Amino acid sequence: MIPLSWLLFFAAALFCIGLYGVLARKNAIAILMGIELMLNAVNVNLVAFWRYRTPEMMAGQVFAVIVFAVAAAEVAVGLALFISVYRRRKTIAADELDLMKW
Amino acid sequence: MTPLQMIFILVAAMTLGAGLMVVTARNLVHSALWLVLALFGVAIVYVLLQAGFLAVVQVVIYIGAIAILMIFAIMLTRNIASESGPRFNENWSWALVIALVLFGTLAWMLSGWDGIAAQAPAISPRFDTVRELGLALVSPEGFVLAFEVASVLLLAALIGALVVAWDRR
Amino acid sequence: MFDPINAIAQWLAALLASLGLSSGLVNLILTLVGVLAIASFVLIVDIFLVWVERKVVARFQDRLGPNRLGPFGLIQPLADIIKLLIKEDITPLGADKVVYNLAPILALATVLMLWAVIPFAPTMLGADLNVGVLYIVAVGAIGTLGIIMAGWASNNKYALLGAMRTVALTIAYEVPMVVALLVPVILGRSMSIHQIVNSQTIWYIVAAPLAAAIFLISAIAELGRAPFDLAEAESEIVAGFHIEYTGMKFGLFYAGELLHALTMGALFASFFMGGWRGPFAEQAPILGVFYLFLKAMFIYWVIMWVKYSLPRVRIDHMLNFNWKLLTPLALAVVMFTALTDKALIELGVAAGSLTYSLAMLALNLLIGWITLSLLRSYARIERQRVAAPRPVASPEYSGVAKS
Repeated sequence: MIPLSWLLFFAAALFCIGLYGVLARKNAIAILMGIELMLNAVNVNLVAFWRYRTPEMMAGQVFAVIVFAVAAAEVAVGLALFISVYRRRKTIAADELDLMKW
Repeated sequence: MTPLQMIFILVAAMTLGAGLMVVTARNLVHSALWLVLALFGVAIVYVLLQAGFLAVVQVVIYIGAIAILMIFAIMLTRNIASESGPRFNENWSWALVIALVLFGTLAWMLSGWDGIAAQAPAISPRFDTVRELGLALVSPEGFVLAFEVASVLLLAALIGALVVAWDRR
Repeated sequence: MFDPINAIAQWLAALLASLGLSSGLVNLILTLVGVLAIASFVLIVDIFLVWVERKVVARFQDRLGPNRLGPFGLIQPLADIIKLLIKEDITPLGADKVVYNLAPILALATVLMLWAVIPFAPTMLGADLNVGVLYIVAVGAIGTLGIIMAGWASNNKYALLGAMRTVALTIAYEVPMVVALLVPVILGRSMSIHQIVNSQTIWYIVAAPLAAAIFLISAIAELGRAPFDLAEAESEIVAGFHIEYTGMKFGLFYAGELLHALTMGALFASFFMGGWRGPFAEQAPILGVFYLFLKAMFIYWVIMWVKYSLPRVRIDHMLNFNWKLLTPLALAVVMFTALTDKALIELGVAAGSLTYSLAMLALNLLIGWITLSLLRSYARIERQRVAAPRPVASPEYSGVAKS
């Protein structure tokens, strides 16, 4: 049997990789990919806790399903925003979209 | 070490390696393809955790919809300047420090927690997790409210994406 | 006697166990042998499909088809394979090598993966997944990924255009397909294909003809076959996503496409036409395999019939057809099937009985009739709109710049 600690460390590492992508990448779509990795890490934790603590109560899996829905919604709106921004500004590099600073 | 543990280590290494490639690859389409591999690895982890339904849904939603949408968006927003320029912003070293510190803190907290050695209770073969999940999602004692809110959110996202991406010309 | 596959498996297990291997290892070896057997069997059928396809298209076009090599030209596919194997293997200069070479493998492998959950006979099936229906959708999604990889990695604008069209098509038609597949899931009370086939004492095509039609149409779209073959419209984008592929790499795409059509036939047969069910199939499982392939071949023939009879649809018409007709219709069918099912069970009609199936058939006919009358009134409004007088030769519309 896989120890719970392995799963938690795996999820933590995946979350931190995603966080690095979100903080360091320039391209907005790459940032979105980082967010997806972080959401997946959270889901691994939810499912792992469901399996190891309360397998007779489906709360962990239900939360994971809700996270799927939120992730899909987020990607749909996010990519639509990027395409809309790209039409006007011809770029989606996050640090060049600084019109609101001035 | 049991075969299950060996499979887990292989899958985890593959997923983390693919995740690293997602955030470091120069070519964005390669990033997206590595993302597909990482998401597939997470799906295998779900299978190892006996959550088969989530594993399949992970492949349908993440690989079938999200990753392909991302590749589409990457192709629609191609820009020579942003492809040849640096792929990280100037704060990337701080980002690295933050990520490493967060991982260190999480690892330290987790290793100090006494619930970490928990053993997975066996699921009886009569307990159909797919059936239970379906019941939990729609029964009033379960999570029907969260389920309905999620559906409203999806509808709002659908309309929102249409309105935002509509080309008014 | 009538179950040779399981007999061979038991004999092999006994042989391996007598060699002193542990039971876990024996199971592993048996699983691998099973995977290899199913995959090779399906691939051999695939070779035969090349001949079937060429022979049938020849009949539709009033020709004879391959008839030189062997009886009825049966050896022709082997000659085709040899030709493909000795062709030059080109990787374009600007191509992304790894992705370019991975794509055809992915395209064929995903089709082979679909056969893992199709029950061949009551005692012969690869895996009885309790989420089998969703598994099919998931594997189809990976196949789409293979196509987009091929289109992007070829570094060719026609390939990219073809890939983008394919993806728009498959993602759009996946929606009514999944929704239509929910109908057999409701009727069979399980997402396992094995269970769905087991509960079909009366074929579901009787109880759910509309869902079957929607599934067949979206399956043809998913296959990218005519009338939905925009992805490889020769007159517009040459050959679509596989334009740069030569030799056996192209062969993998071709084999994948043919096999995908037969696989869709087998899936249709399993969901709506009783899968392996037929006279004496339960006593002699080997007959079940025969029945399944007979039904799959019939659906494959229907798909070919559609392909060689209908002209290509324009892309906006195709997407309109999906979003404005198929998807709402599929949603309505699922909703009313669930409601009627609940009502029939409350009334004491057993699921799967003749009364139950006939009531469902009546419901489907009613929904179909309502759909047709709605379409008719829509067509009348559209005809009036087209016939109405329109302004002509105003400076804004004539293309002449305003002074």
